[in-house]
Amino acid sequence: MAATATYVLRNPNLGLTKPSPSAFFGVRVPLSLERPRWVSSAPRPALAAAVSCRMTSEATAVEAAENRTPGVGLRPDPFGRFGRFGGKYVPETLMYALSELEAAFWAVSKDEDFQKELDGILKDYVGRESPLYFAERLTDHYRRPNGEGPHIYLKREDLNHTGAHKINNAVAQALLAKKLGKKRIIAETGAGQHGVATATVCARFGLECIVYMGAQDMERQALNVFRMRLLGAEVRAVHSGTATLKDATSEAIRDWVTNVETTHYILGSVAGPHPYPMMVREFHAVIGKETRKQALEKWGGKPDVLVACVGGGSNAMGLFHEFVDDTDVRLVGVEAAGFGLDSGKHAATLTKGEVGVLHGAMSYLLQDDDGQIIEPHSISAGLDYPGVGPEHSYLKDLGRAEYNSVTDQEALEAFKRVSRLEGIIPALETSHALAHLEVLCPTLPDATKVVVCCSGRGDKDVQTAIKHLQL
Amino acid sequence: MASFDLAVAPYSCCFHVSSPKPRSHSVLMSHPPKPSLGMRAQGLGISETFTDLRSQGRVAFIPYITAGDPDLSTTAKALKLLDCCGADIIELGLPYNDPVLDGPVIQASNKRALASKTNMEAVISMLKEVVPQISCPIVMFSYYNLILARRSEWFLSALEDAGVKGLIVPDLPFEESADLRREAAKKNVDVVLLATPTTTKRKMKAISDASEGFIYLVSSAGVTGERDTVNRQVQFLLKEIKEKTAKPVAVGFGISKPEHVKQVSNTIDLHLSSLVSEINTSKILLQLSLWGADGVIVGSAIVKLLGEANSTEEGLKHVESFVASLTAALPHGDHGLGEEHVSSFILPQRRKLWQGLPSASSSSLHLHH
Repeated sequence: MAATATYVLRNPNLGLTKPSPSAFFGVRVPLSLERPRWVSSAPRPALAAAVSCRMTSEATAVEAAENRTPGVGLRPDPFGRFGRFGGKYVPETLMYALSELEAAFWAVSKDEDFQKELDGILKDYVGRESPLYFAERLTDHYRRPNGEGPHIYLKREDLNHTGAHKINNAVAQALLAKKLGKKRIIAETGAGQHGVATATVCARFGLECIVYMGAQDMERQALNVFRMRLLGAEVRAVHSGTATLKDATSEAIRDWVTNVETTHYILGSVAGPHPYPMMVREFHAVIGKETRKQALEKWGGKPDVLVACVGGGSNAMGLFHEFVDDTDVRLVGVEAAGFGLDSGKHAATLTKGEVGVLHGAMSYLLQDDDGQIIEPHSISAGLDYPGVGPEHSYLKDLGRAEYNSVTDQEALEAFKRVSRLEGIIPALETSHALAHLEVLCPTLPDATKVVVCCSGRGDKDVQTAIKHLQL
Repeated sequence: MASFDLAVAPYSCCFHVSSPKPRSHSVLMSHPPKPSLGMRAQGLGISETFTDLRSQGRVAFIPYITAGDPDLSTTAKALKLLDCCGADIIELGLPYNDPVLDGPVIQASNKRALASKTNMEAVISMLKEVVPQISCPIVMFSYYNLILARRSEWFLSALEDAGVKGLIVPDLPFEESADLRREAAKKNVDVVLLATPTTTKRKMKAISDASEGFIYLVSSAGVTGERDTVNRQVQFLLKEIKEKTAKPVAVGFGISKPEHVKQVSNTIDLHLSSLVSEINTSKILLQLSLWGADGVIVGSAIVKLLGEANSTEEGLKHVESFVASLTAALPHGDHGLGEEHVSSFILPQRRKLWQGLPSASSSSLHLHH
């Protein structure tokens, strides 16, 4: 990043190695997480002296106390804010549960037994670590006539148990729920992958599971509905609103408001009220950590560009988080442009949205002038969400990450292309990230290392593809 | 753009009933007539309203309706009706397409209101005409994103201009509310905060101190509209709050059971289901009054009556009848609340139910005592 970058390097002392107590209100809120031990930490490159290019107005007492570089944003701060984004905009009924959840999260992050148990499950049950795969034919495809071109690697989250990255978060939250003594689990789901992951972990841990899914999504992801029911979950159709992910999330929130004392809500993405954006990111951060290690092993360096699809933003944050402080690593998010950005039928929140409050967080969202939430559209159920995680909103505003979008048509083409070139059928959500390579790769210098998060496999999408693809 | 029917003479009261409706219901209890518009100054604030009621030994009746359901002209009529026929304060909801704290009845009502293109401007326009004609203070109920989209400064100014006295924002917890409360104070709009059974003791104190107008005590964990009986916890929560503050406390959520209020064309069935609902709700209102609530908030039942009726007139008629019986259940006048009140009101209702239904030939809904 050039010297005029608006993003500020964090103080290296606040890396992921030791917790630092907050001076606020005598409440000890550690700002960082002990590095979970299933990823061996590669030696971190020495960070250059922090350069402050932009002062935010949120210089908190904590920052002063830490004597950190002024203007560095906490991700998040003790109130759950990423700059002006995030926070907890929920009915009062849920506030105590959120505090309880946050306290439990900090407790387990230091609990060796918890980490060990989680470590074991991720390895033996989920199948981690997922490979970082060199996509030879895809790399060839993007090689320019003069022989130059980027090297494309795929981080194979599609190889996880249940076929997507969602399981990382579901497993950790289920363990957390057990720690909290909650026996009833609720979740929302768009594509069904998070629902399946939740149903899976509830079966594994013997918890009652109820999944809310928009009626329209249930139709287009019928395979996943069946899987959830087979796994023992109750799938409740949500007919209100547009009957998609946004409405399923609202219904799950209503259930939680009603049953908050007995129920844990496994939110599937880095959206929602604090502590969810932070917690879900931390549970997915293993993706980025493994990638750093694998990159070092494979080519002795770091990735140059990270690409991931963004619906709520969980797989993207999982990959990006490890590298946010490495300003020489480019972060590229890809949203769904549906029928096109000007068609009014898309889900490109970070491109076309305005800042507002949805499902508990202040973030960019698709809304009209009155503040009514706009019905989004994407061929992929998992990206069909009018909001986005607050941390992505923050990274966008800082200029640290770039966000593009890809239409349904382009995603379908990538779906077909990658199947044919690599023998990997990607999820339609992932296809959006893969489609963006068409635009990105011609601009990249020779031998640029590009890592695309292959967030899920596409078996669940064949019915949709059949309708749209002529094969 | 909805046009508001102002043909009804503004100060006439209860304009549907064909036969006079007796308001006093027992020999022992006679309540003073509801203060006429002349007695109460226009633009009475929320705190003053409660103080007024307290001095009369009365519990505030606070109905909730969604603005624009099924259209704004119905809302305008309903506001006037509620004002003259029993309400002390009226809660008016601004329709939103993602109402996370609302159950199916109010969700449906939001949807209907949005279908008739109800937005903040239209509502404010309507209120500017209607508020000068009514005496109850109005409190707006709006989700936070609707306020943010317009910028809170504009929103609060609009409320002030329209004469709206208070604002409730269900998805803005106390921790995030400081800025809004500060701005609202400049515009003389009371920001009413919610307290719930899951609120910690320490926070209950903070909420009680910061809430203006009154404290909205949510009766149980959950969304609007759903319960059979009132959560026993409410008794202790009321006590807890009243130990910390002298501010009035109104209890809401689940006060009425809308399932009992069915919309059918058959008058007989309507009598029966209405009676059942009135008895249940009346019991709950009495219980809350006994526990010390300064106000009760009734939402879903009224919303359902208004929104699902075959016509505006029919809906308003049913609301009038329902509200009349509910307010009759609340304490009036100097008489303390006690068993005589309970039995003198409830028993005749039950007797009527057991004996059978009023004659089918009666064309208007009224209750004999």
